[in-house]
Amino acid sequence: MRTAVRAGLRRGWIEFRQSFTNGPELLGHFLWPALTIAGLFFLRDREFGGFTLGALILPSILGMNAAMGMVAVSQQLTADRGDGTLLRAKATPYGMVGYLVGKVVSVAGSVLVDLVIVLVPGLFIVGGLSVTAGGWLTLSWVLTLGLVATLPIGAVLGSVFTSAPAQGLIQLPMLGFIAISGIFYPITALPAWLEWLGQLTPIYWMGLGMRSALLPPETVAVEVGQSWRHLETAGVLGLWAVAGLLLAPVVLRRMARRESGSAVAARRERALRRSVG
Amino acid sequence: MRYGDTDVLHEVSFQARAGEVLALLGPNGAGKSTTIEILEGFRLRSAGRVEVLGVDPAGADERWRARIGIVLQSWRDHGNWRVRELLEHQGAYYAPYGADRPWPVDDLLAAVGLTASARQKVRTLSGGQRRRLDVAIGLVGRPELLFLDEPTTGFDPAARREFHDLIAGLAADQQTTILLTTHDLPEAARLADRILILTAGRIVATGTPTDLTTSITAPHDVRYTLGVQQFQHQILDSTPFVQALFAQHGDAVQNLEVHRPTLEDAYLALVNGVQS
Repeated sequence: MRTAVRAGLRRGWIEFRQSFTNGPELLGHFLWPALTIAGLFFLRDREFGGFTLGALILPSILGMNAAMGMVAVSQQLTADRGDGTLLRAKATPYGMVGYLVGKVVSVAGSVLVDLVIVLVPGLFIVGGLSVTAGGWLTLSWVLTLGLVATLPIGAVLGSVFTSAPAQGLIQLPMLGFIAISGIFYPITALPAWLEWLGQLTPIYWMGLGMRSALLPPETVAVEVGQSWRHLETAGVLGLWAVAGLLLAPVVLRRMARRESGSAVAARRERALRRSVG
Repeated sequence: MRYGDTDVLHEVSFQARAGEVLALLGPNGAGKSTTIEILEGFRLRSAGRVEVLGVDPAGADERWRARIGIVLQSWRDHGNWRVRELLEHQGAYYAPYGADRPWPVDDLLAAVGLTASARQKVRTLSGGQRRRLDVAIGLVGRPELLFLDEPTTGFDPAARREFHDLIAGLAADQQTTILLTTHDLPEAARLADRILILTAGRIVATGTPTDLTTSITAPHDVRYTLGVQQFQHQILDSTPFVQALFAQHGDAVQNLEVHRPTLEDAYLALVNGVQS
């Protein structure tokens, strides 16, 4: 077991490194942050409630990006099941442990790097951010707890929605949740029932946590109850983390049990037929 | 074993001895893959008793898993990994299970003929090279029992010959027990100590390749020339016929060929006999 965890850490590092050495994934690392920064550049002088809009949105986007690690886990799980990566893990002693540790490491690593890629240029382009030692501390715990809350949910989504088209479909509700999570405009501007719904998602709380870490204290005026609500942030993210960590092993085990050579072969046939037909 | 209301395996009963190479033959849909997947612990049986290395695979733990090697038909997994990197990674999981484990990567690469491709990315390998990597991954933990499901599909004749030498060497030198399925009958005849023929979920014949070919009564094909004339005869017992031929014509007999039934003839006779 200990060997497998070590192998998994190494696996995560290899996969993380690989994501910077091949074209499509490299594009993924830089294209979205580049668009984000371009967007922030045009918003840098807009104002909302006395504060610059760019300053409000930058930390929110960092929170949202980190929460989207869940989508990455979900999609990679589906792809890895399709191409037989999971079956190989299953055929190896404690291979599933190594696989999951590796996935968490590589996705968390990517989330971190993507955060730096947006944050560093963002600090120069967007004025009105406040960077303090306490802020970095808040950023660290919100990010860590946020990842523990969202990555297992991603594993559950990846086990339940098994096909690539289904993975595409879950993007739609995800966009809906982003829209009501106070990322691009304050959640207090929404009708009360949407405001409630938005506050059930980890996306909202990760965005809020990031704003509390990177914005000056007076910006709290646009938040619910004029408070950063750190206790509630830890509470909600903690609940998601516990739920995810309890549910993910069960769902993953059920999914892995159904994997076999003929299941992978059948998917390969289907994929080949699709690409020909 | 059952899918819905249809039993797909009936009374499939066999044993493999340590170090034996066992080939499972049969038409598509005969239940070969189902049988192998039950033995690998990847599929639950609906009834019956199964023991693999002394353990029921349905409830087996990771220690058992470490003694088994499975050669999977890879498709496009780990495409961005380098050959050596992937083998080292897969091998790392076996380190706690014995001093000689995993198989040192350089030796293993040499054994499967991939030394020159060690630094290549997996997705740039040819079909045959990829298949050899699959075999190497199956072997990296030095398994006591190896499952090979249609191992040489897509091999060219040279790669096939090298692969056969590798498998024969494994069984002889490492005492690895091997269970393989194949559609290539000369391959089964060459590699297997014992052959099982599975048709419609039942074992219809079992024995050494020689047992199976002698078990069917098919005529031998005898050809020769006398001067400029060519002759061809179908004879049940060719030896007395050839003796008589030489007694009668002596040195005039030229270009003599005697073809006994092959494993393929025996296989087709056995499978068609069941289906008709």
